Amino acid sequence: MIAELGHYALVLALGLALVQACVPLYGARKNDPVLMSVAAPAAIAQFGFVAFAFGALVICYVTSDFSVVNVFENSHSAKPLIYKITGVWGNHEGSMLLWVLILSVFGALVAIFGSNLPARLRANVLAVQSWVAFTFYLFILATSNPFLRLSPAPIEGRDLNPILQDPGLAIHPPMLYVGYVGLSISFSFALAALIEGRIDAAWARWVRPWTLLAWMFLTAGIAMGSYWAYYTLGWGGWWFWDPVENASLMPWIAATALLHSAVVMEKRNALKVWTILLAILAFSLSLVGTFLVRSGVLTSVHTFASDPARGMFILMILVLFIGGGLALFALRAPLLKQGGLFAPISREGALVFNNLFLVSACAAVFVGTLYPLALEAVTGEKISVGAPFFNMTFWPLFVPLLIAAPFGPLLAWKRGDLLGVAQRLVGAAALAVIGIAVTFAAEGGGPVLIPFAFGLAIFVIAGALTDLVERTALLRVPLGTAFARARGLPRSAWGTALAHMGLGVTLLGIIGETQLGSERIAEIKPGQSISIRRYDLHFDDIVQRQGPNYSETAARFTVRRGGDVIGTMEPSKRTFPSRGSGTTESALMRRGVGQLYLSLGDLNPDGSIAVRLYHKPLVLMIWLGAIVMVIGGGLSLSDRRLRVGAPKPARGKAVMQPAE
Amino acid sequence: MRVVCSILIALTLLSAPQALAVQPDEILPDTALEGRARALSKELRCMVCQNQSIDDSDAPLARDLRLIVRERLKEGDSDRQVIDFLVARYGEFVLLKPRVALHTALLWFGPPALLCGGALALLLIARRRTRRGSDDQAKPEGGNLTPAEQARLAHLLKSES
Repeated sequence: MIAELGHYALVLALGLALVQACVPLYGARKNDPVLMSVAAPAAIAQFGFVAFAFGALVICYVTSDFSVVNVFENSHSAKPLIYKITGVWGNHEGSMLLWVLILSVFGALVAIFGSNLPARLRANVLAVQSWVAFTFYLFILATSNPFLRLSPAPIEGRDLNPILQDPGLAIHPPMLYVGYVGLSISFSFALAALIEGRIDAAWARWVRPWTLLAWMFLTAGIAMGSYWAYYTLGWGGWWFWDPVENASLMPWIAATALLHSAVVMEKRNALKVWTILLAILAFSLSLVGTFLVRSGVLTSVHTFASDPARGMFILMILVLFIGGGLALFALRAPLLKQGGLFAPISREGALVFNNLFLVSACAAVFVGTLYPLALEAVTGEKISVGAPFFNMTFWPLFVPLLIAAPFGPLLAWKRGDLLGVAQRLVGAAALAVIGIAVTFAAEGGGPVLIPFAFGLAIFVIAGALTDLVERTALLRVPLGTAFARARGLPRSAWGTALAHMGLGVTLLGIIGETQLGSERIAEIKPGQSISIRRYDLHFDDIVQRQGPNYSETAARFTVRRGGDVIGTMEPSKRTFPSRGSGTTESALMRRGVGQLYLSLGDLNPDGSIAVRLYHKPLVLMIWLGAIVMVIGGGLSLSDRRLRVGAPKPARGKAVMQPAE
Repeated sequence: MRVVCSILIALTLLSAPQALAVQPDEILPDTALEGRARALSKELRCMVCQNQSIDDSDAPLARDLRLIVRERLKEGDSDRQVIDFLVARYGEFVLLKPRVALHTALLWFGPPALLCGGALALLLIARRRTRRGSDDQAKPEGGNLTPAEQARLAHLLKSES
């Protein structure tokens, strides 16, 4: 019964979405406040229905109702409760339901917090938002219904893929989806502005918090997924340039570009047309990602052709929104007035530079991900595009951004003084040179690239700090005054500095992991030892354990450093009888910001076991950097000037605010 | 993230993502040669896997390829020769970094071309706008104000001063 109710709620949401997609739009056109006011309650009710549908599916999973096909295929009665719940989105149908749930949450949030928006803009935004929702409800109901029944009901389910039975599944997909779907708000705002044919700095101010929110979740979601892959897959890789990863990286890059160009638009009323285009592109890339992942086109072009229902449907959604969005853009963008002139060397110029390189880097990822598919579809020729290609094309486009990052925030608006900025960055550059020299000396004849990469990372971090030091006049005025100034700085300034700093921190981690790590692969028996750098790992014994729905073989190691015991590591292999498959659980030991990483291979008949041992210096900085970036985003979001619905400051105070 | 890949694909494919890749018995005693083998392995695709190099994959085919690579290296082949040998045998699909050729021109040169094109477009726009700049600045943005807006502006200015 509950499954049918959920199904019914989804159908109601579909009907409501259609109303919300048309009525407010017509109302905005006719300037009818009654029709426009339909949008907000409809959006909130839509959220109510989708939340009910989602809740219904969760209940089916929690109660292990195997008469529902989706539950039967992806759950098992012996599974721990948390994985019963996370299993809801560990499959195609359920994850699409999560997608629309988040979409409806965002719709409802705009309805609730958007009361300070002009009525017509709000009506249009919610209408566009509802177009997206409508097509995706239709997609779910027509091709991916999670509420279908099975008769007779099986006794037991097929269980969730063991690799997904991990806390990562509870966090990573929802976060990523919040990011993906959050970009739909920027898209809706862009289309609403185009429909109205007017756009101003206030528009940018309204869009920025939503983009920032989506960006924060994307950043965290991608980082989380990367760490999950790192500890799960057993060889310590954390980024594979896999099409599915690229599908999340592309919207992230586009959102990053959008954040930067929206700043120019808000502060200087320039780059309007470009910002609108980026907003459309960012969400389009989210849709492309959904298409890549959901249609099966990645497995092979042929799989896609043989089971076309879902793939074709998403492709149609894709064409509709990307094509429609760009067509509307082409039609209406000429109406938008360009404003705000600036010299090439200026804050605006730096942000344009940022956008140019980010978009090119995004294009490199895009082409690399889709080219093999396109080539095979057109000529039948099969080529592979993998990590070596991306490393070679992405980094040359990204490194200039890293070099430029410290300069941007220090440049003045309109007309900047590059020489002056360079002088202020002398300290940061000096630190970078020291870093280069030290690494060079420590390395003693390794690849020349490593010291320079370290230098770059230090420059990015120190450069971000320089901005704060300059703004607080630290070192020039008494400490107390600097402290007072630091408190008076807008939070968005702290946000910028932290986000840029996070970039440098992540870069340090990447260099450490890829260039300074070491690896041991060996077959050892209990009683033997394996060593890496200054660490000795003594293989004590093998134990068998029983988990809730798996059995586990764990190898126990005692770790010594210079003779002193510093801990134990217990990598294991788990077998899940319900699926007849297993997982490898690596053991991680944190050493500073580095890690020892140990994972097990096959157990041999003679009692020896294959092990892989890694020393990964600085590796945690990869994700630490992402956390710093997210904190930066959060600070910027909490800036009162950006807060949606924040009361306007009193007139006199506004004049006193420092121009920045 | 590869994990997500399995959320999405493992349901239809029987995937074996638990890789232990290079096995202890494969490793060559000569560390220089082994280093070259590892570097080469990272450039070669395991053709039955989803976007995995033979260095990462534990599929039997990947093992075979790793052994072939080491075999060829032991016989004194250069890196280039090993790659040529594998391409001759398995086609270009085996390379994770496609060769620069006519059919991959867009792949290799598309993004840099976009960068150059974008830079050029910006330059042209900037030049055009500086030439017209003086006119534009003189005109207030948004055109003329309506009488009502002018009254409001006057009122605002009065209250500020």
